[in-house]
Amino acid sequence: MSELVDHLAAARQLDGAVPGYVRALRQRGAEQFGALGVPTTRHEDWKYTNLAPLARQAFQLAAPTASSAAAALVDAARLDGAIELVFVNGHLDADLSRLPELPGGVAVTSLADAMIRHTEVVAPLLGSGATLEHDGLAALNAAFVADGGFVHLADGVALDTPIHCLFLSLANGTPTVSHPRTLIAAGAGSRATVIEQHLGDGPYWTNAVTEIALGAGAALTHHKVQRESAAAFHRSAVCAAQAGDSRLDSHAVSLGARLARADIATRFDAPGAACSLDGLYLAGESQHVDHHTSIDHRQPRGTSRELYKGILAGRASGVFNGKVFVRPDAQQTDAQQMNQNLLLSDDAQIDTKPQLEIFADDVKCSHGATIGQLDEDAVFYLRARGIDAGAARHMLIVAFANELVQRIAVEPLRRQLDSALAERLPALVGASA
Amino acid sequence: MAETILQIENLHATVGGTAILRGIDLTIRRGEVHAIMGPNGSGKSTLCNVLAGRDGYTVTQGRVLYEGQDLLAMAPEERARAGVFLAFQYPVEIPGVGNTYFLRTALNALRKQRGEEPIDAMDFLALVKAKMKLVDLDPKFLNRAVNEGFSGGEKKRNEILQMAVLEPRLAILDETDSGLDIDALRVVADGVNALRNDQHAVLAITHYQRLLNYLVPDFVHVLARGRIVRSGDKQLAHELERTGYADIEGAAA
Repeated sequence: MSELVDHLAAARQLDGAVPGYVRALRQRGAEQFGALGVPTTRHEDWKYTNLAPLARQAFQLAAPTASSAAAALVDAARLDGAIELVFVNGHLDADLSRLPELPGGVAVTSLADAMIRHTEVVAPLLGSGATLEHDGLAALNAAFVADGGFVHLADGVALDTPIHCLFLSLANGTPTVSHPRTLIAAGAGSRATVIEQHLGDGPYWTNAVTEIALGAGAALTHHKVQRESAAAFHRSAVCAAQAGDSRLDSHAVSLGARLARADIATRFDAPGAACSLDGLYLAGESQHVDHHTSIDHRQPRGTSRELYKGILAGRASGVFNGKVFVRPDAQQTDAQQMNQNLLLSDDAQIDTKPQLEIFADDVKCSHGATIGQLDEDAVFYLRARGIDAGAARHMLIVAFANELVQRIAVEPLRRQLDSALAERLPALVGASA
Repeated sequence: MAETILQIENLHATVGGTAILRGIDLTIRRGEVHAIMGPNGSGKSTLCNVLAGRDGYTVTQGRVLYEGQDLLAMAPEERARAGVFLAFQYPVEIPGVGNTYFLRTALNALRKQRGEEPIDAMDFLALVKAKMKLVDLDPKFLNRAVNEGFSGGEKKRNEILQMAVLEPRLAILDETDSGLDIDALRVVADGVNALRNDQHAVLAITHYQRLLNYLVPDFVHVLARGRIVRSGDKQLAHELERTGYADIEGAAA
């Protein structure tokens, strides 16, 4: 880890260009990371995800690279019709980005730009959601905070065009790390759809943090699509704070990376807030994928729905930990949580822990988890109609995933995921048949 | 005499080490409808499953020739593509797989086997809607997942719909009449009758005689303790309706 600490010094060189509040956050992040370090399996929240391979490796801070090197990967991941912020190695690439004329009251830009031009929005929010006190990696992200997506909607603005933040990492043999930070601030009664997508090539580490603040009655659909390279480490933390009657629809899809860990947390700060957390993870070979979610019902009449589904093949391992807190004031909370897993091989494994902590008495809550294999009766039924065994299995796995894919309203993204699954599944089915 | 489509010779099969089929001989020719009746536990469903190729059944003796080929050496999907169709006693619910998509994939697997092009989506829809009329199934079922939330009768009609679309040369009905009211029973029988011609054959397995009022068999066989103990024409079914299976079982012991 000494290399990482060395990089903190490198980051300081950027300090001159940023406002004081950013320098202060970097300072705080560096101090906290110094105290916390990289989490180990002794931390309860990291019990099943061993970061030792990451901690052993030396990473260079990723540097901006030529747009030409990234163009092909970016083109394959573009979402037709979307506003697109493209980040290469953690920094905005203006040439690859697509920023059409935006309606009044909408700001979409890089965080680097917003830290200076939208200080009044950024200063109070930056670092307010991600808890540096307990999360060494979020603290490390804060220490290096420099760029990422920025979305701001004024009160009452509805934006139908999706905003796509595409994070591309390119590492040519030497492992690199980037610390993208995205800020989404949705004013009262506003509405928007944001897609954060991560992909890349080579050995690297993405250490992302996203902070979301939803005003009263705001509605945000947030997609996080993780399609990192097979040699990549991925960690992302999404922290949302919801005002009264606001709505967060979160869709997390995890397909790539050798080790992926996503934390998605939201808290209801006022009555009547609602969220749905959808998650789909697919892992084969020796991939490891870990989702930790937290829904904190602090105020009355909150509604939360959570459905995470996992498909694990080969020697892959998965973790699901879903916390739902219902605080003493959160009467008339309606919370449902479910985690379902499909294990396609004897060696694949999942550690699942739905966790419901209720401190109020007038609530409706349920949670559950299932772990199973493909329904062999269904496989036989399909084969008995002339569909061969591999195709039958493929069809059933797609059906399992489709419940979540079909809920994604951004059509080009849904098509992209359909083909990503179709591309990925034969190997998983074949290896497990 | 018509050509033989299915020839079962001295078929023995076990499930979990227990002998269930203990020497079945049966010859079915094109155009014929055979009914196999028998009490619970006589081996009726085992026979269906062995013919369709379900895992968990071990054939210990005998052989089955379908159109002259060794049926038991074929994978379940190969049997289906060769024209063998099993209407399931308990059709499986498959959430997330659309009925239309499933049926078109199945039909195209058969067409591929026959060296034909995949069917066009519009042509398929026209075909399947015409067949749905035959089994009195509302077109809304096309948009649902396979059998998901279907009533017992709807599931059985969906089986017959699949049969009507896939046009098998040998249809095996595994107690398709069980759990059906008289109207549904008639619809199912009509669907099977519509498939009857001098090229196709039907093997209907049933516990009760009543299906055979609508689906009139050429031959009736009585299965008891894993063997066919009596064969006759449709009169045999009526006789069984009167006497029950007790005498038959006693004789087979």
